[in-house]
Amino acid sequence: MIIAEQKPFKEIYESVKDSEKLLVLGCGTCVTVCMAGGEKEVGVLANQIRLAAGKDGGKIEVTEHTITRQCDEEFFDEGASEKIKEADSVLSLGCGVGVQHIVQLYPDVVVRPGVNTQFYGATLQQGIWTERCAGCGECVLERFEGICPIARCSKSLMNGPCGGSSNGMCEVDPENTECAWQLIYDRMKRLNKLDKLMDYQPPKDWSHDRDGGPRSVSREDVLF
Amino acid sequence: MSEEQYKSGSRLEQVLTSGNFALTGELGPPKSADRETVEKKANLLKDSVDAANITDNQTAIVRMSSWGAGLIAKECGLEPVMQITTRDRNRLAIQSDVIGAAAMGIKNILCISGDHHSFGNHPTSRIVHDIDSVQLIATLKKMRDEKKFESGDEIRNTKKSELIEPRIFIGAAANPFADPMEFRVVRLAKKINAGADFIQTQVIYDMERFKKWMDEVRDQGLHEKTYILAGITPLKSAKMAQYMKENVSGIAIPDHVVERLSEAEDQKAEGINIAVEQMQELKNMEGISGVHLMAIGAEKSVPGIAEQAGFLPRPTQYEKIS
Amino acid sequence: MESEAGEREPVIIAFCCHYCAFTAADLAGTMRQQYPTNIRIVRLPCTGKVYVNMLLEAFVDGADGVMVAGCEEGSCHFLEGNYRAKKRVNYAKQKIEEVGINPEKLEMYHIGASEGPLFARKAREFTERIRKLMQEENEPENQIQNEK
Repeated sequence: MIIAEQKPFKEIYESVKDSEKLLVLGCGTCVTVCMAGGEKEVGVLANQIRLAAGKDGGKIEVTEHTITRQCDEEFFDEGASEKIKEADSVLSLGCGVGVQHIVQLYPDVVVRPGVNTQFYGATLQQGIWTERCAGCGECVLERFEGICPIARCSKSLMNGPCGGSSNGMCEVDPENTECAWQLIYDRMKRLNKLDKLMDYQPPKDWSHDRDGGPRSVSREDVLF
Repeated sequence: MSEEQYKSGSRLEQVLTSGNFALTGELGPPKSADRETVEKKANLLKDSVDAANITDNQTAIVRMSSWGAGLIAKECGLEPVMQITTRDRNRLAIQSDVIGAAAMGIKNILCISGDHHSFGNHPTSRIVHDIDSVQLIATLKKMRDEKKFESGDEIRNTKKSELIEPRIFIGAAANPFADPMEFRVVRLAKKINAGADFIQTQVIYDMERFKKWMDEVRDQGLHEKTYILAGITPLKSAKMAQYMKENVSGIAIPDHVVERLSEAEDQKAEGINIAVEQMQELKNMEGISGVHLMAIGAEKSVPGIAEQAGFLPRPTQYEKIS
Repeated sequence: MESEAGEREPVIIAFCCHYCAFTAADLAGTMRQQYPTNIRIVRLPCTGKVYVNMLLEAFVDGADGVMVAGCEEGSCHFLEGNYRAKKRVNYAKQKIEEVGINPEKLEMYHIGASEGPLFARKAREFTERIRKLMQEENEPENQIQNEK
């Protein structure tokens, strides 16, 4: 899923404090699971804004709403639409996709982002999320037996570890980040495929990544 | 051997192919446009080493470019080994630097991935790593031997013009001390297969561990496919040794080395003694073709160390030693 | 609520665990241990029921101070509800600090069921703390700061 983290309150408040009718809009998918922008976070943030506005005499009328998915038009039902149109600003706690989708659907509303969208990751345990995929557009997991050096090696090295691997951890963040190449090595050993490590991996074709420009996918068979 | 038969014809290549035991040094470019410092360091090094690595934004701190400082060194009579990291440039920039450097007479290039930029003075910059160090080696080999760019395009101006490829002696780094230990020789083999003509190792303090690594290297016959130069840096004090031991990953310093330093009256001199002893031991080790003496910021001490180790004078004739 | 001096009396919400602090509060009353009338008690089945927004809502609705009173460490009826509450209170302290409310206005206490006098003492102390903080905020130089 997409992992996000709430922006510092000060930054959020600066961006919405001149608004009179503010809608804090949560998203019920990824950012709910990573506890950055679901219904609960909407509640806390809305109350924070109310308290801050009360303190400096601001007159923001804050309403709260959360929809299932901000990146899908079908979830913007009548109730959500009405609330968005009534507001002069929307503070979206969806990821960067959600923010832009609201802008596209409601061109007259000012939309502010409430979270910093981080990465595609997994939940290691409640409260800890970690990067697993870089969305490079050309999956190489088969070559590395299911551990991605593009997303998980600090230098995205494709032909083995650098000198900064120590006791299984990466020197860039030895407390939290495992060395992807230690993981790949251990995995190859477990699967009895150590000879696979000798394969030369040629330069990657980054044209499938963002380097090829903004991407889109279309499927003729499912188009209406 | 005639000029034609060399891959690059660099002095380093000639020293190595003639069977001489090589000595390379290292020159850290300044953090300014200070030409004089480069000249000063080059003049200190030029008669003591066969060539010197010119680091490329070492420790991810902005410095005079490797080719810029390399040219100054060359003008002073010190042969440069231009270092290229894959951290700061993509394959377009790297290849244009390579043909530019070759056109200016730089003949040795060392391919490394480079320290992560989060440790340097521009931690908010974007990291590149379009290609990795092994892919960089393969790219240089392709440029030199196939006369083609990484993309497959031929290295010439127009379809009718002459192919003018960079004649480069290709180097790579090897770290026998980092984890995963079992991967280290595999990694070396990959670099050799990709086209590394010579290897410079990480600094060695743990001789026992290095010997074990070399055993494996020899078992696989890798020392016959490339020239291995062993990395040496004199320790300045027991304190520095202890710090490096605890804080620099990929560097192993055994306790007895730290003890020997702390017991010495003159720790700096003892550090040099240790380095000299190591150099002499390495000179007699099967599969080692030279020493890479890294005394960054202590270039002054290099002639003395080379002298004490019996590495001087450096060869000027490159007749094959049988 | 106004005192004789014309100052507003603090309004304090105390979220109390049914198994300990709430019983202690009850006991305090039975023992005739006095504690300020400023405190409005909300009974919870466990302080593990506390969620961050519950604490913020109390402030939004006009509370001057919020206390959460759970079981002594190691004796939660639901094993670790009080530990969870403690973490959430700490997080909520950050959240109110971000909006300019002194985090001292929110506190977690551990009070056993039999400790009526302790509850009364903590209630008095906390009320005094809030009263003092309110006075500080009302001092002229601080008011100017707030307006800035």
